Amino acid sequence: MTDKLTVKNLFKVFGPNPEQAIELAKQGVAKDEIYRQTESVVAVNDVSLSVKERELFVVMGLSGSGKSTLIRCFNRLIDPSSGEILVDGESLTNASDEELRQLRKNKMSMVFQHFALFPHKTVCENAEYGLKVRGIPRRERREKAMAALEAVGLDAWADAYPDNLSGGMQQRVGLARGLAVDPEVLLMDEPFSALDPLIRREMQDELAGIQSKYKTTIIFITHDLHEALKLGNHIAIMKDGRFVQVGPPEEIVTAPADDYVAAFTHDVDRGRVLRAESIMEAPVTLQAGKDTASSAVARMDEVGQDCLYVVDEKGQPAGYVRRDMLAEIPGDTKISSAMESNYPQTDPGRFLFELYEQCAEGVPVAVQSEDGKFLGVVQPSQVFTELVSEESTAGSQDKAPAGAAQ
Amino acid sequence: MANGPDNEQASGFGKFIADLPESLSLSYYDTLPLDDWIEWFVKDFLVPNFRPFFQAIQWPVHQVLTGLDVFLQGIPMLLFALIVALFAWRVAGKGIAIFTLIALLFIDLIGMWEPTMTTFSMVLTAVIFCAIVGIPTGIAAARNDRFATSLRPVLDIMQTIPPFVYLVPIVMLFGVGLVPGVIATIIFALPPIIRFTNLGIRQVQSEMVEAGFAFGATKRQVLWDIQVPLALRTIMAGLNQTLMLALSMVVIAALIGAGGLGETVFTGLGRLDVGRAAIGGIGIVLLAIVMDRITQAMGEGESERKENWTFTGAFKRVFMGSKQTAGQRQ
Repeated sequence: MTDKLTVKNLFKVFGPNPEQAIELAKQGVAKDEIYRQTESVVAVNDVSLSVKERELFVVMGLSGSGKSTLIRCFNRLIDPSSGEILVDGESLTNASDEELRQLRKNKMSMVFQHFALFPHKTVCENAEYGLKVRGIPRRERREKAMAALEAVGLDAWADAYPDNLSGGMQQRVGLARGLAVDPEVLLMDEPFSALDPLIRREMQDELAGIQSKYKTTIIFITHDLHEALKLGNHIAIMKDGRFVQVGPPEEIVTAPADDYVAAFTHDVDRGRVLRAESIMEAPVTLQAGKDTASSAVARMDEVGQDCLYVVDEKGQPAGYVRRDMLAEIPGDTKISSAMESNYPQTDPGRFLFELYEQCAEGVPVAVQSEDGKFLGVVQPSQVFTELVSEESTAGSQDKAPAGAAQ
Repeated sequence: MANGPDNEQASGFGKFIADLPESLSLSYYDTLPLDDWIEWFVKDFLVPNFRPFFQAIQWPVHQVLTGLDVFLQGIPMLLFALIVALFAWRVAGKGIAIFTLIALLFIDLIGMWEPTMTTFSMVLTAVIFCAIVGIPTGIAAARNDRFATSLRPVLDIMQTIPPFVYLVPIVMLFGVGLVPGVIATIIFALPPIIRFTNLGIRQVQSEMVEAGFAFGATKRQVLWDIQVPLALRTIMAGLNQTLMLALSMVVIAALIGAGGLGETVFTGLGRLDVGRAAIGGIGIVLLAIVMDRITQAMGEGESERKENWTFTGAFKRVFMGSKQTAGQRQ
């Protein structure tokens, strides 16, 4: 997959002395100190990132971290002070007003925190807005807008006015307006922050489906780490205008870059972030045709495990044997007749919390790809170790803002 | 007794002030003949050099005013009263419609119909030109901070300077009669519509404007599709203010020969004829209430019925009636 959006060393400074402030920021001077010296606020500080096509890239930060400024730099609603922005490899920084308008019209669209629906237009007219700007004839744009409204489940409300809709429905209209233009890049500025928790979860659940339907790249801003971990393929944690850490959700949780990130991830439910593939290990296996009860026990002693998988000649799991199952039977019994063939199985994308039940039996869970390939095993003890290991990583909490991760 | 010494001191101080030589005042030496300069500027510079220009300004006002006046004087009283009442009913509801009908019949009954129609056409002309000049000016001010700051003192002056001050140059430049009266009224009534338009456009939520730009709209598209419709309510409030100011200018405009109800009041004043002044005044008040209620209802309607926020919506409501459009919503 190619890079859709690339940002190189982006700075945005508000205030009278941008050059001086950038110079100081490059030297690593703190934001407050820069403000004291130059009366300028460094909102975005040396941000570089690249977003792959059809990725959902989440920027997570608290209020004042510069995330809303950053996302407005991507379509240049705010002009960056320095740095480069590339969309499909084309630089946006030096684009003329007209080029910029063409880009916004044809490639990008945006969803806003407080919806920003036009109260004087109907739901459908709102959804049509981007198409109207493009100059698409009335009938065609109505058709496309209706399709977008259908995707968010609001086609029945096309002729209502936004004020007659609930908050969640209004944001669906906002989303439909963003999708109706079939954007290559969809910028979402805290789209679900103003919604009730239940509605928010519902929208989060639907977003992935909508993204795959519209095949769009999404840049998503949020202040909620759980939302970021749930939605993002990649997550950037932002603090004081800077990216503190960028990585996939598992990495953010398991290997926080510093105390700040660690404090965020402290009370994250890891069971809902980590997947089977991230903690599975290469299986130590027994061959169904060759091994016997006694060789199996020897193998168990060798690797220090009490339960091993038995694979057939194709390398696919056939069952498992536990040490206590082997104690009662003669040593030369074929392993294939001693094994339990009803083994727990999962796929690599499963979250850990979905494995709890299977792990309760104490038997390692076999991880198999869609075509049945044996990828590894998840040890129940490993699952539970992962769930509690946060205690040891979140060391100094006092430096991080209280209540940061709700 | 207690404040005896104080009194003595005060009088001592007063004496000291009184004894100060006159030479401490600037006017002792010379006075600035500003009045002469202004008189020269108006009489000997503006009038001879720019008279054609001012005559040209006068022309459209004259056309609109005479057109309206001829129409309003020509239309039978009862027919017009019914039309206005019907309009009031569509826009503002039954109560105001009944009031409008009674008010207009009463004006005719006290023999004030003709001057009322003259005043009505004057006020209408003034408001039309205020809107033509004021709304674009307000929009320009909303889009350009520098223009807005430089416009503010001008508007302040227009709102605080007594109208009598500019009546004289207006007479010099435009002569006397109805049209100069309307021009004085325009100057007097213009500021609110500019201020409200500016305010209304600026008050549109920045996220809405941002949304427009984020979808690639041009500045003009954002202005006409988002900012102006959303500011329409405030602009209507400004128009209502302008209308009220225009009505309050009627009597003053009569000083320079503008006819209508103002003239009735003015002649009543000149002859100490209380009754005549009073019926002129009653005419003005009734006309003011009717016009205020109707325009206010037009503005309020904008907030209640969202579908009528647009120009076409307001147009529709006027010609198709509020009930019908409200019903369409279901």
